[in-house]
Amino acid sequence: MSEISFSHVQTAHCESGVISNLFRHYGLSISEPMAFGIGAGIFFGHLPFVKVNGVPGTTYRIWPGAIFQRVCERLGVKMQSQKFSSPEKAQQELDRVIAQGIPVGVLSSVYYLPYFPPSYRFHFNAHNLVIYGKNGENYRVSDPIMDTVTEIDPASLSEARFAKGFPEPKGKMYYPVTMPADISLQKPIKQGIEQACHYMLKIPVPMFGVKGMRFLAKRLKHYPEKVGDRRATLYLGNVIRMQEEIGTGGAGFRFMYAAFLQEAAGVLQQPELSKLSLELTGIGDLWRNFAFHAGRVCKSRAADNISYNELGDMLIQCAAAEEVFFKKLSKVQL
Amino acid sequence: MKQNEVPQDGNNLHDGTFKQLFYAVDDAGKYTPVSSVGWEPENVAMEQAWEEVHARVEKARQRVLAGELSPVGYYMEKNLMDLTLLASYVGKFQWQVKRHMNPRVFNRLSDNMLHKYAAAFKITIQDLKHIK
Repeated sequence: MSEISFSHVQTAHCESGVISNLFRHYGLSISEPMAFGIGAGIFFGHLPFVKVNGVPGTTYRIWPGAIFQRVCERLGVKMQSQKFSSPEKAQQELDRVIAQGIPVGVLSSVYYLPYFPPSYRFHFNAHNLVIYGKNGENYRVSDPIMDTVTEIDPASLSEARFAKGFPEPKGKMYYPVTMPADISLQKPIKQGIEQACHYMLKIPVPMFGVKGMRFLAKRLKHYPEKVGDRRATLYLGNVIRMQEEIGTGGAGFRFMYAAFLQEAAGVLQQPELSKLSLELTGIGDLWRNFAFHAGRVCKSRAADNISYNELGDMLIQCAAAEEVFFKKLSKVQL
Repeated sequence: MKQNEVPQDGNNLHDGTFKQLFYAVDDAGKYTPVSSVGWEPENVAMEQAWEEVHARVEKARQRVLAGELSPVGYYMEKNLMDLTLLASYVGKFQWQVKRHMNPRVFNRLSDNMLHKYAAAFKITIQDLKHIK
């Protein structure tokens, strides 16, 4: 089989990480925070009716796939992306492409990845990783959230690519077909920032953006009386996990976005963005403070309304800070 | 978050075999990736999520032993699935899967159907019929 030399760098988030790793292979060097920022990955949403194992969903980033699609569009990268009707066809096509020396991104469920840390193996279907070759039967894997490259057996890979549930990966695989010779990051950065501000401030639905934080705050205050102590800690635990689990870079992607703004300040020669990066770092620390206290409430299990009330207030504080922040960001002349 | 504030709270959930990446600022105020073995609040939330899973599995196990639930219900919990997910794995409607959780209905299932469940749970038909 062909040997592809693939340089693997561990990243915080799988989607922006795969973009960064895959593009670097073609000589297009963009950092993970840069990919995250251009793709306007930062977001907030609280969806009480979308329940995962009976617990309402909270997200700190845009929906899966959006970052990828936006980055490709803004940088002018053409991707070949395919889904398959059967695992056999999917494997054949994967074999054919990697035999040509092309590393391939695949969508998978983490539940079926044997190398994944066991405690993270829930049925989460939107994980991205890169297959860059074969070693005998096994596939060589560059999984952006792992610190080194690894291998996976064909059966597990097939299961992971054809997991059921939502969203169904259906064996989705993708690889770049044309890369622009030279790119300018200026316009993509501007578009990314503009879009992020729009999503955080202007969506006319109470569940999304800054409004979504207030929405969650209001509901969170009433968790103990609404769903009982036990479920209240589970609900709260999920808010923490979505904020601090692998893939977020800490503080629900806020630090990653701050890193992007810092880098963007250099590219655009716009010191204002540096200042805003600093401000967002402060907001990230607010989020961490919230998680810290929420963790204590979860641990003590003694849910009293006072602690939930205080946590709600902390969220409202985060919301206020982010509202100010994104308003400033939207007014920066880029 | 400063570089030296990146939490390093190990836990026994992933035996120190796994490190995740954080973005933090160094002394000069520049963002840099820093690897971390974990953070207490996340560990607490994660442990709690697994405790909930284990409690549900155990409850299902007791119900199977008491003859109130078929092994389908037990293995569903054990594989962290819900009704929607399991139904799509075996290619049935949710109400059908729900029915199969009744021990009396389960005992009359065809080999073909049992095979589908065993495949979804990645176990043998023997194990499917007799839970441990």
